[in-house]
Amino acid sequence: MIEGAKWKRWVFFYIPLAVFIFSLLFPFYWMIITTVRPDAELYRPWNAPNYTPFWTTRPTWEHVDYLLSETLFSTWMLNTMLIALASTAISLFCGLLAGYALSRLKFPFAGSLGTGIFVTYLVPQTLLFIPLADIIRNFHLGDTPWALILTYPTFLIPFCTWLMMGYFKAIPKELEECARIDGASRFKAMIYIIFPIAVPGILSAGIFAFTLSWNEFIYALVFLSSPEQKTVPVGVTSELIRGDVFFWGPLMAGALLGSIPVAMVYSFFVEHYVAGLTGSVKG
Amino acid sequence: MAQVVIRNLNKKFDNEVHAVKDVNLEIRDKEFVVLVGPSGCGKTTTLRMVAGLESITSGNVLIGDKVVNDLPPMDRDIAMVFQNYALYPHMSVYQNMAFGLKMRKFERAEIEQRVHAAADILGIHELLQRKPRQLSGGQRQRVALGRAIVRHPQVFLFDEPLSNLDAKLRVQMRVELKKLHDRLGTTAIYVTHDQVEAMTLGDRVVVMKDGLVQQVGEPLELYNTPANRFVAGFIGSPAMNFAAVTVSDGGGALWAGNDGLRIKVPAPLSNRIGAYVGKPLTMGIRPEDLRIANGADPTDLSFGAVVEVVEKLGSEILLDVKVGGGSMVASVEPTTLTKVRDQVRLAINPDRLHFFDNASEAAI
Repeated sequence: MIEGAKWKRWVFFYIPLAVFIFSLLFPFYWMIITTVRPDAELYRPWNAPNYTPFWTTRPTWEHVDYLLSETLFSTWMLNTMLIALASTAISLFCGLLAGYALSRLKFPFAGSLGTGIFVTYLVPQTLLFIPLADIIRNFHLGDTPWALILTYPTFLIPFCTWLMMGYFKAIPKELEECARIDGASRFKAMIYIIFPIAVPGILSAGIFAFTLSWNEFIYALVFLSSPEQKTVPVGVTSELIRGDVFFWGPLMAGALLGSIPVAMVYSFFVEHYVAGLTGSVKG
Repeated sequence: MAQVVIRNLNKKFDNEVHAVKDVNLEIRDKEFVVLVGPSGCGKTTTLRMVAGLESITSGNVLIGDKVVNDLPPMDRDIAMVFQNYALYPHMSVYQNMAFGLKMRKFERAEIEQRVHAAADILGIHELLQRKPRQLSGGQRQRVALGRAIVRHPQVFLFDEPLSNLDAKLRVQMRVELKKLHDRLGTTAIYVTHDQVEAMTLGDRVVVMKDGLVQQVGEPLELYNTPANRFVAGFIGSPAMNFAAVTVSDGGGALWAGNDGLRIKVPAPLSNRIGAYVGKPLTMGIRPEDLRIANGADPTDLSFGAVVEVVEKLGSEILLDVKVGGGSMVASVEPTTLTKVRDQVRLAINPDRLHFFDNASEAAI
């Protein structure tokens, strides 16, 4: 807390906090208000006498109805959920084992391997999708969920590995040594001692991976083409922007409904997740 | 119950750092042996090799009569207590203590009986359902001990288990450890950098330095007849005084002297240092073997000194004095009235003089 005069607290704490909260929450408010705004209000010119950009007097569900009945939105949701869960599971599994190995086992080139994995994370997706598209085509995976389930781990595994490496390094190695003296094999020590302690780290890696694959756009855009295979971000933008016509109401309804699962996952695990990021292991 | 034999044990890290050099030790069944030395002396590495946590570069470790070099830690039938206790934070005290038994597939009833028996011995019954983070340092220490004793292992290994406790608790736990060992009679190897802990706990003490064993012996043996200058300086608090002296022959006796003192070396010792006449030597005398001289003390067994610091400890007074060009510490009676810059005469106990070769540092 900031000490001293009252004005200091306002200038250095309350006002910056208010600005921060406002800029953080306003887009969500805008999304909600646009979702429930009738078309007549939505396309009213800015200089009309009854122009009310920040609120609406006649809220409506017509856009949500349109989104759910006239588009394949529920299919997109299911696709996205399936792809996000599967690629998160794969990445978490690999990232956990790789992170453990890189932080605990002594083997030649462990350090450079760790750096190598990190470097692959730095290669931008906008470059990587070109060779990946070729691979997807060779394996005849185009326009199937597998195209994304197998390509998302290319950036999720390095991410999970690095996050878990950091977390495992913070766990005192005596815990594991003690378990091994107590009669556990290395594998059992990992399962019974290290992983339970690393739960906050595992959760944060999982949440991050889930969010990253939920929001992923470019691979989904390139590797999927038929409407019934699409994910929410691609489906909403490709089906509700036709030419230069933006269907703002359904677009915003799609964005709103699409962000609900992620928001739920976050709020559900928020405590663990924060503990995972700050990396606190209490002995 | 078992003996532990260490033969020609060596450890090199990455083929560069030679941490443990040719260590040979025989630890008898039921014996409490303390490895002591300054940090980096190889004592912990030696212990970790016995535990199987560190690979052995060369040499053998035998537990019982079996060479265990290639056995994983779990198959060596040992228990270890770590400096930071290494309690599993996500488990209750009961689960912590039961973990080793569970891993070894003990019956539930047997586990329960053993955990409760250990909890009784250590007086931690009321803590069994708590998590480690809800415990104080001393309680954690006890749980770590409990986790070791439930297993009834052949050997206990302790890696500086008391160094995270405050001074008072450390003394208390030291006594408890000693009692526990008397009661259980399990062979124990204990690593510490604290020579007081080593002296009070160990049946025998192994002093190490730079990966080499300097001396192995019972505590008083190390104190009374240190093998070399390092052991002499390391064991005992305050540390032994050392003075650079030259041996001379005069009046039918040998004398050890420098610019501040001239001591007549008593007969049995002078036989041993006879070969050093005219040569420099290091003389050692413990602070408790110095006292304020009175009129009856012969001048050839006393010397003058100037008091620089007076440390009043209650049970004794430590005088930091200047003797010629060097300095010494004398432990004198608490009733002594001396002030800084006083001129005093200190008498030595001639039977407790030590001499060390300057080159090899070995005791003469």
